[in-house]
Amino acid sequence: MEIANIPFWDFFGVWVAALLTLFIFSFLYKDNPFYKFAEHLFVGISAGYFVGYYYYNVLLPNFWEPFYYQGRYEYLIAVILGITILFRLSRKQAWVSRFGFAFVIGCGAGINFISYLQSNALAQIYGTITPLVTLVSGEGGILVDWKNTVFNLVAIIGVCSALTYFYFSKPHKGFLGGVARLGIWFLMISFGASFGYTVMARISLLIGRMQFLIFDWIETTMNVINGNIAIGPIF
Amino acid sequence: MSSLDRRIIFLVVALAVIIPLLLPIGLPIKPTAPVKAFYDSIELISEGSYVLISFDYDPSTMPELQPMAISLLYHCFSKNLKVVMIALWPQGAQMADLAMETVNQQLQAEGKPLPEYGKDYVNLGYKSGGGLVIIGLATNFGAIFPLDTNGTRISELPLMDKVKSAHDLQAVFSLSAGDPGIPAWVMVSRMAGYPTPPQPGETDITGKMLLLGGATAVSAPQFYPYLNTNQMQGLLGGMRGAADYETLLALPGTASEGMDPQSIAHLVIVVFIIMANIFFFLEKRQEERKAT
Repeated sequence: MEIANIPFWDFFGVWVAALLTLFIFSFLYKDNPFYKFAEHLFVGISAGYFVGYYYYNVLLPNFWEPFYYQGRYEYLIAVILGITILFRLSRKQAWVSRFGFAFVIGCGAGINFISYLQSNALAQIYGTITPLVTLVSGEGGILVDWKNTVFNLVAIIGVCSALTYFYFSKPHKGFLGGVARLGIWFLMISFGASFGYTVMARISLLIGRMQFLIFDWIETTMNVINGNIAIGPIF
Repeated sequence: MSSLDRRIIFLVVALAVIIPLLLPIGLPIKPTAPVKAFYDSIELISEGSYVLISFDYDPSTMPELQPMAISLLYHCFSKNLKVVMIALWPQGAQMADLAMETVNQQLQAEGKPLPEYGKDYVNLGYKSGGGLVIIGLATNFGAIFPLDTNGTRISELPLMDKVKSAHDLQAVFSLSAGDPGIPAWVMVSRMAGYPTPPQPGETDITGKMLLLGGATAVSAPQFYPYLNTNQMQGLLGGMRGAADYETLLALPGTASEGMDPQSIAHLVIVVFIIMANIFFFLEKRQEERKAT
């Protein structure tokens, strides 16, 4: 029977990743030097990795190649504006960074103003304009589609009451106060649903780490020990 | 209860995840409507069409998004769609390569032909700029991505002969862990003049462009308004969405494997919340009695 092979450095990498995972998890018991080591290693390697990554994948293709090889000298303006942002680190010359920030914020606001308005305001208003009573044609003639009718009513009442909560020009008393309180219920229920999704996301990440530890680390190591998988040469 | 050591809670949650992984229960997975809409939308795309997948995530969200990427690529190649892969996050290009490795292994195990790089799919890599990249792709792919991840000029890739701008695409998929991601694609593509989406129920999508997304569970709730207003035509939310999609494709993977521990862990958390509330009110009543 042919024995499966795993490259040495892949197997070594799995062990390093598994040990670092356990070091990080050890914080759940209490703070300790293993956790601190893993944390500092992560921060240091991330910083170093991204310096190299951004140099080869951002600076070179986006600035140096067009500037030096294609004669696009106008790109120097963008580089100078980017450098002005670094002046933020100096107490006396921090004012220089305002030029770079102004450009970034101005462009960002200009692009996002229209896109936000279209997608997050106008399209949502359009989507909220739904029939209060939804009708369908059925065997008995025109019938009320109760499911969609209830959903539409809940949606419209929810939107209007939640928006009413954010109307602060009048005190929330009487009818206005009642609608605002209903809006708070809708907001709290939606925050609860969103929090439930967040819990689901965190459990999913835990499941991902456990799948790695159990199947990629422990199971592979047991297979190596039992001779079902052979480790390749170091070089 | 208030003096309960939190490490006991950590241990119970860990066991709730580990035990179902080792001893699967096989709880049924029933795909939800947004995932069915995602699947059905892809089924509308005709064979040989060109689609774009934007890998807008990094290894920190792999458990949720990588199964989506694998299933999506498998679905696309099953329908003989031509795939252009890009990334708006720095490590997205590597996520694409890893997903392709797994898909190739799966196709090889099924005895199906492997997609050919340059003809069936290309990986154009990462480009910084987020929304500005999306605006640029509306008119000129070559200006934004002159080379692929291997350093090959895109003019030398046969697939890119037919894809000059977003108007040549039948669908855009964004697998998104944050921004830039789905919000940028939804908001900026409309403004940049991408083809309009089909209306709900429309089956002939010639000249239209689908916008579909896969998001982490943390950010999925904020995208349902886009789904409800037809700005997106389908959405996969978190590991559950990935598992639903795997079920529809009959392609069990790590997401489906994770559903048993997910359900048990959630049950454990619900039990803890109920217990904590009961003890809270009991302790409050005891204190009120002591005060009187």
